[in-house]
Formats: sequence, structure tokens, C-alpha cells
Amino acid sequence: MTLGLINANPVVHAKKERVARTEDPHGDDAVDPLDIYDFVRDIRDPEHPYSLEQLSVLSEESITVDEKLGRILITFTPTIQHCSMATVIGLCLRVKLKHCFPPHYKVDIKVSPGSHANEESVNKQLNDKERVAAALENPNLRQLVDECLYSSEL
Amino acid sequence: MAEPSQLSHLTESFVDSSRSPTQQAASLDKIASLVKNDVLTMEGLVREMQMYLTTTDNIVRARGILLLAEVLTCLATKPLDNATLHSLIGFFTDRLADWKALRGALVGCLALMRRKSSAGVVTSTDAKAVAESFLQNLQVQSLGQHDRKLCFELLECLLERYPNTVTPMGDELIYGICEAVDSEKDPQCLMLTFHIVEVLVQLFPDTSGPFASFAGDLFEILSCYFPIHFTHPRGEDLGIKRDDLSRALMLAFSSTPMFEPFAIPLLLEKLSSSLPSAKLDSLKYLSSCTSNYGPERMAKHARAIWLSIKDALYTSLQEPTLSFTSESLDGLVFQENEIAKEALTLLQQVIMQNNGLFLSLIVEDEDINIILNAVPSYESYSDIPLQGKLKLFAAGCILSISTKTSVACCNMIFESFFPRLMEILGLSEKKLSGDHSPKDNYLISKRLNFGALYLSVELLAACRDLIAGSTQIACKSVSTYETSHCMLHSFSNLLTKAFCSTLVTSPHDADIYFGVKGLQILATFPGDVSPVPISEFENILITFMSIITVDFKKTLLWRLALKALMNIGSFIDKNNESEKILSYMRIVVEKIVSLVSLDDVTMPFPLKLEAISGIGRSGLNYMLHIIQGFEEALFANLSEIYVHGNVKSAKVTIWLLECYSNKLLPWIHENGVFEEVLLRFPINIWKQIESCVDFSVPEKELLDAMMTAMKHAVAFCSEESQNEIIQKSYNVLSSSTSFPLKESVALTIPVQLEGLQLTQKMDNLSCRDEWILSLFASVVIAVRPQTHIPNVKVILNLFITTLLKGHVPAAQALGSIVNKFGKSSTGSEISSDCTLEEALDIIFQLKLWTHLNNGALLRCSVNGSEMGHTDLCQAVVNNKLPQILAITGLSWIGKGLLLRGHDKVKDVTMIFLECLLSNGNALPLSQNSLENSCEQDLRASVMKSAADAFRVLMSDSEVCLNRKFHAIIRPLYKQRFFSTMMPILQPLIMKSDSLLSRSMLYRAFAHIISETPLVAVLGEAKKLIPILLDCLSMLNKDAQDKDTLYSLLLVLSGILTDKDGNAKWQEAVVDNAHLVINCLTGLIAYPHMMLVRETAIQCLVAMSELPHARIYPMRIQVLQAISKALDDSRRAVRQEAVRCRQAWASIASRSLHF
Repeated sequence: MTLGLINANPVVHAKKERVARTEDPHGDDAVDPLDIYDFVRDIRDPEHPYSLEQLSVLSEESITVDEKLGRILITFTPTIQHCSMATVIGLCLRVKLKHCFPPHYKVDIKVSPGSHANEESVNKQLNDKERVAAALENPNLRQLVDECLYSSEL
Repeated sequence: MAEPSQLSHLTESFVDSSRSPTQQAASLDKIASLVKNDVLTMEGLVREMQMYLTTTDNIVRARGILLLAEVLTCLATKPLDNATLHSLIGFFTDRLADWKALRGALVGCLALMRRKSSAGVVTSTDAKAVAESFLQNLQVQSLGQHDRKLCFELLECLLERYPNTVTPMGDELIYGICEAVDSEKDPQCLMLTFHIVEVLVQLFPDTSGPFASFAGDLFEILSCYFPIHFTHPRGEDLGIKRDDLSRALMLAFSSTPMFEPFAIPLLLEKLSSSLPSAKLDSLKYLSSCTSNYGPERMAKHARAIWLSIKDALYTSLQEPTLSFTSESLDGLVFQENEIAKEALTLLQQVIMQNNGLFLSLIVEDEDINIILNAVPSYESYSDIPLQGKLKLFAAGCILSISTKTSVACCNMIFESFFPRLMEILGLSEKKLSGDHSPKDNYLISKRLNFGALYLSVELLAACRDLIAGSTQIACKSVSTYETSHCMLHSFSNLLTKAFCSTLVTSPHDADIYFGVKGLQILATFPGDVSPVPISEFENILITFMSIITVDFKKTLLWRLALKALMNIGSFIDKNNESEKILSYMRIVVEKIVSLVSLDDVTMPFPLKLEAISGIGRSGLNYMLHIIQGFEEALFANLSEIYVHGNVKSAKVTIWLLECYSNKLLPWIHENGVFEEVLLRFPINIWKQIESCVDFSVPEKELLDAMMTAMKHAVAFCSEESQNEIIQKSYNVLSSSTSFPLKESVALTIPVQLEGLQLTQKMDNLSCRDEWILSLFASVVIAVRPQTHIPNVKVILNLFITTLLKGHVPAAQALGSIVNKFGKSSTGSEISSDCTLEEALDIIFQLKLWTHLNNGALLRCSVNGSEMGHTDLCQAVVNNKLPQILAITGLSWIGKGLLLRGHDKVKDVTMIFLECLLSNGNALPLSQNSLENSCEQDLRASVMKSAADAFRVLMSDSEVCLNRKFHAIIRPLYKQRFFSTMMPILQPLIMKSDSLLSRSMLYRAFAHIISETPLVAVLGEAKKLIPILLDCLSMLNKDAQDKDTLYSLLLVLSGILTDKDGNAKWQEAVVDNAHLVINCLTGLIAYPHMMLVRETAIQCLVAMSELPHARIYPMRIQVLQAISKALDDSRRAVRQEAVRCRQAWASIASRSLHF
């Protein structure tokens, strides 16, 4: 793994301002893309001390949610085409969402079309239950994911 | 004389470097106090220390000299004779050469040089010797930080206290100082260094003196610090911040004009840097230098400075935002920008110093001319591109600042720019000079150009500020600013017309804003020198008023116009312009008063009230006028209601009353003594009621509004007026036939009988009587303690009987009476006809209270008023049962007693407690099952009301018994009540075997604890937590209790999250951890209130910080409960749940598997 950084010089974007929601005292708040985005925007990139938001890997628009069916679809864009970290990022997203949403939500994670060299295999890997479980059993991978999720470097 | 051995012991312990610093300090203090108290002379000390001062051991010698020096520092105020001083300073001066023991020598010199003249000071010859020795022996930059600091302090001291001694040293001194300060880096030393330069320069003011040749060198040393780049992470530990350093350096920079050839080019160069702090500093330094270097020296830099200012302005401005939200009507808002602000300050400074030169630069400036030429090409605000807006705004700032600077500037700017702006606006002089009739009818057909509108409003505003700011100019003569005045005078008519037409025609917010602003400025030129004739002033007012009355649908315009009218009103009121005030009264105030009284339905009534209260608050005279009209309208409406029963007026009257009590009354009270105004309103209300013999108004809201207004009006009155009001109201009350106010009646008829009699009477209480009673109660609630209430005993009886009919204000009035009874400002008894004890006896003699618990009253009233059993059940449902009413009444009386800290409150609470504990055995009503269940309900609701009485006792009330209504409130009464009640309630809860009364006791407990300040609860947390948890689970059952539940949960959350007293509660919580967690996990799913769920989860987060060994067993339980909350319907709850889950999951490991 000492081959150096895969993307040594990523483009860093400004963080968007957090919008304080206007609290509606009555009625229910449906789960919306911003909710999900707020959970995942601060996940740290596996390589750099920047958040996924800063590296523009994720945006609010790239998340869709259907509350009735309990489905969440996240499409993310790796910073470069042959990014081997794409699977790690996807794994982080999945673990984070598993913590934040009740188990009945089905989460689909994809790289955005045309943004990755091995698009199909990455998508397949990220949405395969067995392979995700296996990946999380790997202590090294597990540690990397946890570092990304709970890092305070940002 | 101190024992030599003791002294040498002390000396030894200071000199010995192996001793601790505290020991050393202690021995120093002892020696110093020996000398101070004359036990030891200075000579004695020196002789005793001889060995330490002269030894060849460097360390011992250094410590010895330091000891002597420190002792001298401690003796700053002890007089010493000249010979001693001379020999001591001589010694230290010599020692400056001893670099191995330097610290002591420096401290000693400093201590001696800083002495006050009353205690004997070092002579100038000796000072000179010190200076020479210093320059000869010390290599300051080779010393450590602390020694350097001492060196600089010594230098500073020499320069400040012996200027005449050191000045003749000339070159040598300056050179020495240059050498000493060169390349200093420590912030504390730098502060001293900068100050030394500043003082030094003042010693050599002569431009041909010795300093002139060094100025360049010295400035070079200083210049490398500019701009201050201070990266010390924590400024606090040194007590020095970047700003302090920057200010000190600025003073050094601007200390002498001789720095000018070096400083100004440097500052101008740094101004063009991209670092904002460098820009800001350069601008500040330039301002400071300008005022110190003088106009001659600055003149040659004028053009460069002007260009830099312009550049700084253009580059620092950011995009403006138009803000017209309902809260702020600021108009065009540019982000607060330090650089622009400093640039404008500098501009004003340089113009003030050399106005001819700078004004010609501005007038001839190409950029400004380009901006002006570009103005006509954009019609409205939204057409202008961003860059254009910024330039326009910059130009506006420049022109405004230069106009404001002085009268001459104002004239010059007006001459050069005003005609052009008028030309663009289409108001050229050609049209103006034409014959008169077309001028008057001249209509501004085309829309005004925004840029020109903006710039001319800025110019007008600046001119107005200039005139208003300096009253002397205004008095001197009109001729001094003739040009601008003439111009304004000739254009004022056209301008007014143009602005007015903008308001009507323009659809753009920006145009409207500046139109209104322009009119407001025209109307607020100070009176005698105003270029605007009074007729124009009136026209402006008429325009605004027509907007107020007609254009209320255009929200922005309406609000701006109202604000402008308020500003104009307060301006002319402040400047006492009688002629204009008359017009304002005639056009604005009277019109607006008539609005309220008119039955005009086109304009929404709340808007009318907003306008009237706004105008009223802009000046005393207006308010007096308005309040009179306001009251007339109010009473007209009221009489409409009384006489004709016109319900339509009720809504309007309620509005009027609310406006009166919320807006007008507080203002009147704050702004001066209007006793008669305050008094008039309540008296008139009473008079009106007195004159109407009979009326009926179904509207309950109206009565509430009347009572609120009455309370506020009375509360603001003085004691005398209150006496008058209460007398008046008592007369009205006693003239009413329904109330038996003769004392004999009250005292002779047995209480219960009387109650019966009254009961019958009160059943058919007329509407008018109810009003009279309620308003009388309001008066009693609001009076001051000193105010005399006539015939108290009878009033007490009246209130007692009426409260038993469910009249809550009567109960509140009773509470107020017992609260304020007999307390005057001097502490003496006031009420002569009745004492507090008597009053309380009257209240408690009524057996009503004491019989509550065994149903005596119930029986009595059931038999007495022939109330059937079904009626009774009905009464239970409606909460109209006499017992419940009695309890409610008693709770208000108890509150009054509690606030003043009276002992009788114990009796009251005992009655409540007995109610709570009553088991129902005594009730002989149980005959069949139907009755039995009914009776159960009855008892439960009585107990519930008794429990709720504790809330009345503890909570703060808006309607009575608060500071506003002059209640006597003893400090910490809540804490006191809490600590008396807890030891009583706790065993009762433990012992209680009936489910019902236990739950009721919990209720009472919840009310008390949730109103008690958290600090008091924390102290008892250990005992309280188990009960608190039971209480929470009890309240969990009924949705009606959600507010009580929430406030109680907040107490628990307060205990859990209290950071200071961790140890106090942690033990209690740890012991009960599983109980707390059971309770909280139960509340996570509480369906009736989102805040309860959210707070419960927050409490769980706090729980996760307890010792892991204790909470680990509960981990899975918590995580399971939390995972349900992840699916909560409310976002806030979900987010808290994620946090909580994270906190609990990470107890064991990072992984969330469980």
C-alpha cells in the first residue's frame, strides 16, 4: 500500500452552510435527502483530511429517498476514474447509514454513471450483502472505515 | 534590633537556590517588613549582607544583590535619606557592569529610580551615572527575555522621569537605544520598545537636532515590524494581543514628523498588499500619521493617498443586499466592512486637514466622473450590474463623507455634483426657471433614475447631518453655506414632487426606499435654516399620511412611511420647532386619532393601532394628544356596548384595550410623570359603569381585556391616585344592590348561613354586577401595599363568598390582599380597621376549608341548595363543585401568604395535604353502586384539584401576585417552601397505601419540584431521584399531564447534565441507574409530546457518561429502545437518537454489533 496517494492533489470545495431547519411544532417530518446528506457529508475521505462534501464526492442532489417504500439511493462520484478508494467510501456510507436509520430501510449505493473505470463491479460489490459483511470482518478495512466515520481531523 | 542570627538565617534562606520559591518569597517578605517597621535600618541590612554582596561566588553574589534589590522594591513608599539613596544607586550603577549578577543590579536601579518624590528620589547626577553605565556596559540583545524587559523598563524610566538629564547625552543616547532595541522579538519587550521610541522622539523635537540624522535608522528598525504579524497562539497568557502591539507601533510611527519621508511611502505600499489586516493597519496608521505630521508634510502625498483610498474602497466592498424584511427596514445593506470604514475615516481626516487640495482631487477624479456618466444608462436598481452597484455605492460613500466634513466642502461638492444629478433626474434648472404656472403643475412624467436618486439622497442626508450636527453653524449665519442652501432651496419643491411621485409609481423596493428616505431628509432639516419651506414640509406630511390611510396594502411602503413619520415627529419634537410641531399635530396626529374613532372599515384596525401607537411614541406632546383621542374612541365604543348591546364594537374595543395596556401605558409610564393621564382611565371606566344602570355583554374576552387594562393602569399609578381609584370603585361596588356590604351583616349572621344567603344571591348575579366585581378585583390585585383598601373585613367576606361561586379573580384579589396586608414602606401598620391576623382569622374561621376533607361542605351545599344527585355528578364533570372552588380559592390565598413568607401558609398546605390523604371513609353518601362510582369520581377530582393547588402556589403568575403588581416577594421563597415540603411529602408518599392518594401525592410532588430552582433540587438529588422516577412513570399514563411530565423531565435532565456538582448526583444516579434507564426508555416512545421524547433521549446520552461498569448491563436494553427512536416521525428526535446510539454503542467497542 505504499504506492503513494491515488489522487495526490484533489480539488477542495468550500463547505456549504448548514441550513437551520424551521421547526414545525406540529406534524411529522418526513425523511428527506437533506437529512441523509447531513449524516454523511462529514465522513472523512480515506486519503485526505477533507470531508466527502469538501471533495464534492457527494451532494444533496445525489441522494434520493422514498419514505413509503423505505428506500434510500445514494449516488457518489469518486474524485478520479480509477479510484480504488471508491469501495471504501461506499462501505463507509453503508455503515454510517446503518447506524443512523432503522433496519427496515433498504440502502442502495452506486457510483455515478461514467465516473469510475470499473463502475459495474464497484456497484455490484457495494450492494452485495455477503461481500459487505465479509469486508467488515476484515480488521484492517474495519479500522479504516471507523477512522473515516469518527475522525476528528476535519 | 532584630537578632543578627535571625537576619542571617532569613538571608541564607533567600540566597540558597535549593529552597522552594515560596520559602524564598516568605523570607524576602520578612526582611522587608523588618526594615519597613524600623526594626532594621537600611545600613544595617547592607552591613549584614556585606559578605553576600561582595563574594566572588557568582551565584551567591547574584542572589545577594537581588535580595537587596527586591527589598528596595518592597520599600517604594518608605522614606530614605539622600545619602543612603546615593550610596545604594552608586552600588547598583557599578554592578551594571557585573554581567554575572546583572538581574539584581537592574531590579535595584529600577526600584530606586521609580520611587515617589515624597519618599526620596535619586538625584539627576546619579541618574546620569546610571544612564552612562547602562550605555557603556549593557549589550541588551545578548541578554535573556526577562533581563531585556528589565533593561527596557529602566530605559523607559530614565526617559520619562529624567528627560532633562538624558537629553544632553544626545547622539550617544539615541545610538545606544537604537542598538538596544534593534531586532527585538518578544511581544512584552516590543510593547516597551515602541513606547521608548515614542518618548525618545519627544525629547528631540528639533528637526536639525541630533535626532534628525538618526530618524532614518530608527525608522528602519521600526518598519520591519509593520504590519504586525502576531502568531502567538494564546494572547491571554501574556496579556498582550495583536491590537495592543499594533497600537503601540502606530504611536511610535506617528510620534514625529521626521518619520514622514520613510513612513508614508511604506504605508502606501503596504496598503496595496492583499492581506486584509495589512490594509486595515495601513489605513489606521495613515490616519494617525496625518494628524501628527501636519498638512505641509502630507500635501505632497495627497494624490497617492487619494488613489489608495479609492482603491481600498472599490476592492473592499461586497455585494449589497436589499433587506426589507418585516423586522428591519435598513434598505440597502452592505456588509459591515472594516477596511471600507477605515478608508472613509482616513478620507474625512485628510479632507479636514487640507480640504481645497483633496476636494479638487475628488471633483476632478476620473472614476467618479465615469460613474456619474454611467448613471443615466441604467434606469432601475435591478438593471445595474454588480460592479456598477459597488462603484455607485463607493461614489456615494465618498461624496457623503466629503460633504459631511465641513461647510466649505459641502458647498464645493454641491456646486460640482448637484446640478448634474438634478439634470439626470430630469429636474433641470431650465424647467425650474420657466414661468410659474407650468412649474406648479409640472408632473414628473418619467420614472426617476435610480443611481441619481441614490446619490442625491446621500448628498441631502450628508448636508442635513452637517447642519444638524453643528448648531453653531446654524446660528452663525445662513450666508456661510449659501451655495448649497440656495441650491436646495430652489430645488426643494421639485425634489419633493419627484420623490412623492416615485413612491406612487415605482414598483421597485429600492426606489421606494430612497424616495421615502429623501422625503424624510427634506422634512428634517433643522428649523430656522431649513432650505425647505414650511409648505413643502406640510406637503411631505400629507403625502405620508395619504400612504398611511390609503396605501396600506403596499406593506413595505406603508411601514417605511410610518417609520419616516415617526422619525420626523421625534426630530421636530427634540429640536422644539414649534411651527412644524403645529403642522405635524394638525396633519398627522389629529388625522390619526380620527382614524381610530371613525367607523371606517377599509383600513384594517390592527394597522390603525400600529400607526397610532407608533406616532404616539415619537413624542410626548403627540402621545398626550393621542391618548385623549384614544380614550374617547374607547369610551364611545364601550358605551355603544353598554347601552345598545352592540356586539360588533366588542372586537374593536378588545383591540383598543390591548393596544392601550401593551403599548401606550408602558410608554407613558417610562416617559415622565403623567399621573393624571394614568389616573383618568380607571376613573372614567368606573364612572361609565356607574352611569349605566343595566347592561349585559356576553363577551367574556372583553371583560378579560378590560381587567388587564385596569390592572396595568392601576399598577402604574402612585399611591394617592390608587387611593382615589379604589375609593371610587368601592363606591360603585357598594351602590350595587347585589352585594351586602354592611359590616353588621357580615359579622352577625353565622357564616354558613350567610354563605347560603349569598349563594342564592350570587346565583342570579347580573352581568353588570359581575363586571363590577371583576374590575374591583382587578383594582385590588394591582394596588400598592401602602394603598388603603376601605372596609377590608367586608371586602374579604365578599371575596370569600364570590370565590366559592367560582369567581377566580376574587380569589386572586384575596391572595393579593393577604400578601400586601399591613406592610408599608416604613414597616408600620397601615390599615387601622383590621390587622393581618384579624383578616386571616376571618378567612380561616370559615369552616369551609377545614371541613373540606370530610364532605361537610358537600353535604351542606347539597342540602341547602337542593342540589339533586344528578346535579352533583354534573357539577363534578364541570369542576364546579364547591370543594374544588374552595381549594382553588385557597390556593391563591396560600400563594399570597407564601410569597410574603407568612407562617399561615403551613395551615393552608396542611388542608391540601389532608385532602390528598382523605380515604373517603367519612363520606356517608355511599348508598348504591351508581352513587358510589360517582362519589369516587368526585373524590378523585377534589384530590386532583388539591394537588394542582401546589402548582398555583409555586408557579409564577402573569395575572396577579408578581412584581409588576407590587406583590411582596420574599427572596428564595421557592427554595424555602421546597425544603419544608419535601420532608413532609416523602414519608407520606412512602406510607400511602391507597393508589389514588399516592398518585395525587406524586402530582403535588411534581408540581413543587418542577417549579423549584435547580440548585435547590441538586442538593437533595440523592433522596429525590427514586420518587422523581416513580412520579415520571405515573404521569406517563395520562396524555393530559404532558406539560407536567415535561417540566418534571427537565428537572431530571438538569440533574443529569449538571456539570459542576458531578459527585453530588452521580452517586444517587449510579445507585438508581437501572431505575433511571427503565424510566427513560419508557419515555422514548411517549406519543403525546415530541419534546418529552427528545429530552428523554438527551438524558440517556448523559447517562452514558456514568462509570461503564455500572451501566454496561443496561446497554442492550438502551440500544434496543433507541433503535425504535431512529424511526421516529420527528427529525429532532431521530437526530438525538443517532447521537445517543453512538454514545451507548461506543461504550463497549466502536462496532455497533450487539
